[in-house]
Amino acid sequence: MRLYQFGVIAGLVLLLEGLCLTGVIDKITMQPPHRILIDFFRLMTAGTLYPEIGKSLANVLLAFALAYVVGLVAGTALHGYRTLRETLDPLFATYYAIPVFAFYPLFIVIFGLGDGPQVLIGFLLGVVAVIVTTLNGLDRVPRVLRKTARIARLGPLETALKVTLPFCSPYLITAAKLALAYAFIGVIGSEFIMARSGMGYEISYAFLNFDNATMYPLILLILLLSIVLNGMLTHWEKVLLARRGLQ
Amino acid sequence: MRGDERRSFRNAAVLVVGLLVLWQLMYWVVGDVAMRSPWQTIRYTVGFVQTDLFWTHFDSTLRAFGTALAIAVILGLLIGFALGLHRLSAEAMEPMLVALYSIPKVTLYPIILLAFGLGMSAKVAFGAIHGIIPVALFTLNAVRSTKPILVKTGRVLKLSPPMMVRWILFPSAVPETFTGLRVGFSLTLIGTVLGEMFAAQFGLGYLLMNAIGLYNVDVIMSVTFLLVVFAAGVNAILLAVDRRLHFRA
Repeated sequence: MRLYQFGVIAGLVLLLEGLCLTGVIDKITMQPPHRILIDFFRLMTAGTLYPEIGKSLANVLLAFALAYVVGLVAGTALHGYRTLRETLDPLFATYYAIPVFAFYPLFIVIFGLGDGPQVLIGFLLGVVAVIVTTLNGLDRVPRVLRKTARIARLGPLETALKVTLPFCSPYLITAAKLALAYAFIGVIGSEFIMARSGMGYEISYAFLNFDNATMYPLILLILLLSIVLNGMLTHWEKVLLARRGLQ
Repeated sequence: MRGDERRSFRNAAVLVVGLLVLWQLMYWVVGDVAMRSPWQTIRYTVGFVQTDLFWTHFDSTLRAFGTALAIAVILGLLIGFALGLHRLSAEAMEPMLVALYSIPKVTLYPIILLAFGLGMSAKVAFGAIHGIIPVALFTLNAVRSTKPILVKTGRVLKLSPPMMVRWILFPSAVPETFTGLRVGFSLTLIGTVLGEMFAAQFGLGYLLMNAIGLYNVDVIMSVTFLLVVFAAGVNAILLAVDRRLHFRA
């Protein structure tokens, strides 16, 4: 299976390389993959873009942390209130159909063009996924655990921290995965649309200047970062699920 | 079922009123500099949708979105069925599709722009790549999780592969696949608008970005409002159909 996956990726890269070298894809559109790799190492060793990369990653981290903490707390609190949860259900079901990026111009007008609107977009994209996943996990806590907590005379906060949340830890990792993916999409995406600095901004700047030697390595960096982080969390999630005999 | 529907209708109504109240409160906090109240927005929108300016851009977005959706659905279904029918391919490709699903596809837009040039086809391509993956993923899982007994029955009846797809796999995959179409619809719309916001000369996304430059708060509020209402409205309808399909299955 690994071999199959490796084969597909290697095949695609080789196909691109071939198409680029034979000129089917011209140089202005895309450079051959080996050239992108060389540019990537050049860019990483030069380090001129490190401040931009650092700034974007800091914003991604902030959006992720906010979405995760707020979502987790809101989800746990909401689990106790049946009516409120039912009322919010249509919102949760429709939320991801709404183009959140459409609010970006409004946020720029309200908060000014800076880090605020970008982090807010990343937060808004992620927070509902965290709430929904947390609720989903809490629904699966066996009643016997809640009863045990009651027998041990644990308060609501202690029950959540010591019994229910640890039980649904695989779900909490799923939530982290979603929040991280959305933080990336939100922050990089809004930098890309309109910003004064950051990785997304650098990509769009390089695009406007036909600077493929900067644009492709940066795109590669973002893709690698999000795939590697996502892969690590997925692995952790699988380990926890396996330990619970769920998969 | 009837009582259920009435309850969900009431919940939706409460929610809409709640969101309107929240909007009004935010307006009082932020003020006229950067926002409009719900009432002002709706009043402006009613006038705005009668202008030629709106229709030119709306038409452009709608055509791009429609084409992108058609491409996403057709390719997504084909990929989903092809992979779903082949066990090894399904197991190997699913994690890769999931990984593709989670990457920030915005970063791929410059590549698409370079490949397709600035204009309609770039928007369509960008919208379509957002929609293809969810449609393919849901279809793949739907086909793969067909009840073995149904497949065995088909084999006993000596159905040919196309007959198998037509009479067994497709009908049993309909509810899950429809969920994929619903998600694909939303993501294609998001992709199309996002593409317009970054680089386009027409479309609602362009109108939004242009309004920032002109500092036209009325247009920003109005276009955002229309997009949200459209997306939420269509999704609500699709969700109702989706629930009914799952309920029947």
